[in-house]
Amino acid sequence: MTGHLLPGTTLRQRTADAVANDRLRTNVARAVDRFATHRVEGLGELDDADGLRRAARAAKQQVLADLPALLERFADNVLARGGYVCWAPNAEDARRYIVDVVARDGATRVAKSKSMATEEIDLNPALEAAGAEVTETDLGEWIIQLAGETPSHIIAPALHRDRHQIKDLFVDTVAAPLDLGTEPTELVSFARRRLREVFLAAEVGITGANIAVAETGSIVLVTNEGNGRLVTALPRVHIAVLGMERLAADWAQADLLLALLARSATGQRLSSYTNVVTGTRGEGEVDGPDELHVVILDNGRSELLAGEYHEMLGCIRCGACLNVCPVYRQTGGHAYGWVYPGPMGAVLTPLLAADQPEAAEVAGASTLCGACMDACPVQIPLQDLLLSLRRRKAEHAGRTERAAWKAWSTAWSDPRRYRATTKAATWTRWATSLAGRLPVGRNWAHGRTLPRPAGERFRDRWKAGL
Amino acid sequence: MDVSLLITCVVDVVTPDVGEAAVRLLRAAGCEVRVNLDQTCCGQPGWNAGFTEDAAAVAKATLAALEADLDAGAEAVVVPAGSCATMVRLFWPELFELAGDHDAAARARRVGERTRELAEFLASRADQLPPLRLERPVTVALHESCHMLRELRVVDQPRALVDAVSGCEAVAWSGSDRCCGFGGTFSVKLPEASVAMADEKLRALAAAAPPAEMLVGCDTSCLLHLQSRAEATGNDIPVRHLAEVLAAALPAEGGGEPA
Repeated sequence: MTGHLLPGTTLRQRTADAVANDRLRTNVARAVDRFATHRVEGLGELDDADGLRRAARAAKQQVLADLPALLERFADNVLARGGYVCWAPNAEDARRYIVDVVARDGATRVAKSKSMATEEIDLNPALEAAGAEVTETDLGEWIIQLAGETPSHIIAPALHRDRHQIKDLFVDTVAAPLDLGTEPTELVSFARRRLREVFLAAEVGITGANIAVAETGSIVLVTNEGNGRLVTALPRVHIAVLGMERLAADWAQADLLLALLARSATGQRLSSYTNVVTGTRGEGEVDGPDELHVVILDNGRSELLAGEYHEMLGCIRCGACLNVCPVYRQTGGHAYGWVYPGPMGAVLTPLLAADQPEAAEVAGASTLCGACMDACPVQIPLQDLLLSLRRRKAEHAGRTERAAWKAWSTAWSDPRRYRATTKAATWTRWATSLAGRLPVGRNWAHGRTLPRPAGERFRDRWKAGL
Repeated sequence: MDVSLLITCVVDVVTPDVGEAAVRLLRAAGCEVRVNLDQTCCGQPGWNAGFTEDAAAVAKATLAALEADLDAGAEAVVVPAGSCATMVRLFWPELFELAGDHDAAARARRVGERTRELAEFLASRADQLPPLRLERPVTVALHESCHMLRELRVVDQPRALVDAVSGCEAVAWSGSDRCCGFGGTFSVKLPEASVAMADEKLRALAAAAPPAEMLVGCDTSCLLHLQSRAEATGNDIPVRHLAEVLAAALPAEGGGEPA
């Protein structure tokens, strides 16, 4: 079992619920506009941003082509620097390993830095069930942990909430004073005081990895709050969880990806903190963990790598596609139903959560407008992948849907039948009956008037002489 | 120049005025216009929904009609819809390949190379067009539709054509290049999200400064979606295809105004 595709709900219900929430839409639109504007400015500083994107795409595709060898090299270097490596074929294996490490250490307090991979494997409930107290230390992650939610954005997990809602949440869940201000600085100061205690007390720190460098066995963590540094420097044990495609062959590639990652995400040249963790604390070093575990997660990725969707594994998780997506803008991330939202989520959900039948329809959460492909720093053909996923879904379509398309195809693949079915009288009868009975008509009529056919078709006028 | 008009099913059935305007504009730009009435639809609805075989069967009828026109001497296929032009030019070869029809894919490549969206085509022959003038000045907001912008990369031509019309001013508005929310079957599969997207466009339109008196675009399907939402919410802003605005500015019209 992988993550949490909201059980018993449909994509339509979830999007309908989201768009009915005006406050959510306002918050999401404000946040993504800020990110998207900064992204354009940040990339604009570069002499040849598109050239850099092409180079990054080529680098990621090369990494994927060499992945087995690079993973071996990465793992060897982690081991050589005193770390342990867990190859986790699926979410359950990853969870079991991590829970075992925490239990063996006798730890009860776990501090986490933001990680989508640990969201994907649904780690926190497993740790809590084993008796550990888990605290998310990324501010956005902490907020949604307190709210009992999942991330609604891959780099800004709580962007659907505004500062007033966050203040209320702090008051309700962690006994913040009622007179706590709602200025961002006040909220952040409060969170910092609370989280500082968590960092100091934590026995185990768990992070993801933005990039794993095979050349040196290093893990690169990109944060703006510095929590990644504290989580990896203070606790005795550091566990890093990464999808197996996070690899870069060497530092030249890592540098290329870093040049695009923060710019594409927030418009920054670099995020405030770029941390590199290489092995356990060495002789004479003052910080770093005694014990380092690197969990390399497959969870469906090997299958992707071998097939037509392999390009999706080039994703560097910057969130740029979410920020320009006109659908995401209206719904936020929860409507996508699983871990990854927006265009990248609409591709990844049907692939990585394929064991859940509701996952396939998520590829429909796009108008195929192409804004995501233009924004993607590694030029993943998201629209082509979505189309391909729709074809795959169509192969398993129900009888009614199949019959409807067949009827359309039969009628309009023949000029005579096309002419017959588009006569104004016929069309009007169709439109009326569609509006009344068939879902397609009812759904169009949801908040829209039905287009009226013209009295005569263009072809009638043409025949009469134009 | 001899051109074949791919009229598109939506224009044929729902907005024949757009087709008529396209014909007048092409003639004004010095073209002989043919319309092969054996054309049906480009097949895009089925393609976007993943029904490859069904879409290929429909597209093949239209491919045959356009090909016949090219064989008979037409030098270009012109389409008054960015989305359908994209389908023909960019997606047809892939569609036919996926359907296993390599012959049709090869034929589609030939047709695709000659296919142009109407504004793109007219802008390339702007020097042949007569002076364009609207008797009653109008401010228009241009909706930049997705396929034109991000697939065909037809970016500046619609605006250039509007700018060429005396008495017609294009106003800047926020999100003019954002999707309207139609998206083919998206509009009926996720109607709430689709309508919310239209609402945001219409709100941005209402906030345009200077105000826009008319919403203008190059894709009838986007325009119908926006118009249907506008009507349902009591918003009576006129919605017109660019071809209608330009045709109304032709001298033959005596310098009229868009109907």
